[in-house]
Amino acid sequence: MTRTEPGAGETTWTSDEMMSIAAARSLRDGQACFVGIGLPSTAANLARRLHAPNLVLIYESGTLDTRPDELPLSIGDGVLAASALSVVSVPEIFNYWLQPGRIDVGFLSGAQLDRFGNINTTVIGEYDEPSVRLPGSGGAPEIAASCREVIVVMRHKARAFVESVDFVTSVGHGSGPTDRSVLGLRGAGPVRVITDLGVLEPDPQTAELVLTATHHGIEVERVRAETGWELDVSADLMITAPPTGTELRTLRSMRTVGDPR
Amino acid sequence: MAKIASLAEAVSELVRDGDTVALEGFTHLIPFAAGHEIIRQGRRGLTLVRMTPDLIYDQMIGAGCASRLVFSWGGNPGVGSLHRMRDALATGWPAPLAIEEHSHAGMANRYVAGASGLPFAVLRGYAGTDLPLHTDTISSVECPFTGEKLAAVRAINPDVGIIHAQRADRAGNVQIWGIVGVQKEAVLASTRSLVTVEEVVDELEPVPGAVVLPHWVVDVVAEAPGGAAPSYADGYYDRDNAAYRAWDRISRDRAAFGEWLSSLRGEQAA
Repeated sequence: MTRTEPGAGETTWTSDEMMSIAAARSLRDGQACFVGIGLPSTAANLARRLHAPNLVLIYESGTLDTRPDELPLSIGDGVLAASALSVVSVPEIFNYWLQPGRIDVGFLSGAQLDRFGNINTTVIGEYDEPSVRLPGSGGAPEIAASCREVIVVMRHKARAFVESVDFVTSVGHGSGPTDRSVLGLRGAGPVRVITDLGVLEPDPQTAELVLTATHHGIEVERVRAETGWELDVSADLMITAPPTGTELRTLRSMRTVGDPR
Repeated sequence: MAKIASLAEAVSELVRDGDTVALEGFTHLIPFAAGHEIIRQGRRGLTLVRMTPDLIYDQMIGAGCASRLVFSWGGNPGVGSLHRMRDALATGWPAPLAIEEHSHAGMANRYVAGASGLPFAVLRGYAGTDLPLHTDTISSVECPFTGEKLAAVRAINPDVGIIHAQRADRAGNVQIWGIVGVQKEAVLASTRSLVTVEEVVDELEPVPGAVVLPHWVVDVVAEAPGGAAPSYADGYYDRDNAAYRAWDRISRDRAAFGEWLSSLRGEQAA
């Protein structure tokens, strides 16, 4: 964990905290958000406690507009069902809610991501003889296909940010700017990748991910070193504002169900 | 009318070597007690179908019950990997394991088709992904009205569908509430069905949002209090997240798993 200093109110934070806060800031109040477990779930629940109290959180277990007091460990924890506006079946969540394009933002993570924002959560290496067998698809392929836009939250490591993924579990921009429309994917695909080092966004012409922001205190060279392709840097490179005291206190007050108090 | 029987009788009657068996329950109401009884009765060569294999299939695979796994997300939720599943895939221990892999949307629609008496289902899915290259139950179909190309997935019709529910009445009507996943579809898609329940009651009191499976689509109901633990049963007990975390250590090591298995089978430690 990288500690950076100083910020307003609090003096240090971890790179993971900066990532969750940057990801939370990217969600707008009132959006309907399909949330994956782990980093996306933390960031979405943080946003709901900060600037986006009316964020509609949807999990693939069928919980619509859920407002958990504590972070779920799994996608279908009781805390999600108990605090939901409605709980629907798994076929219904995918067929009626996700598939027709009723969800604004899909919030995903992955083990590998390539220069066009394609995501791999299936295998490292060959499918039949993988070096690492990962959990697989879950809801991600259709979340990536059908949400109006996709935001990816992932730790920035050279082994994860690769030239091309070993397996396309979820399509980002395929191999270029026209692939999504050729494939009939109706959502816009990944509009932003938020990492513990900065923010990548697809170039409007090429759909290749370029560095559009570095987090406070992070050098561009470090981001390049952790990226497996020749990373372009936007001419308008921004610097992410450091976490505020309120953001850090809120994030640190969130506990996962079953964690010791 | 569904028969009310003990869990041991139910598994003995319904589950045979070589069957395709779906134990469903999406994070909630996972039928652990039924899976453990299948392990105790030593079933072999099963095709195990489940969207999220979870700990229950990790245990059944490690115990040597399975020869094939049909699934869409195979991890220990919030914790990490299913190490018995990974070991079987990588080394064939304790038995070789073939896989048939889908996305959640694909699996959910396969169950819907199976429950609906249709040979396949249509969805917007899989386009541009690598799964259709490896899974022969994923194909595509052209819409006869618009000409649009859509994904097609083959129906799932297991020999046996097994779920855990909160309650049944004495006629075998089953009541499920909270996160209901694909349990209804899994039972309706299956040739035979077993429902384990927290309790058998004289009368089912209505619960908002509950799913009811009528007695004439359920073959056997078996009372199994606590039968979903360490997952949870809304209204009865919470998910045991500590047990999910603890499984990681047991599952990583064949010897530690062997001790767990001996204890499940009621064997004396060597």
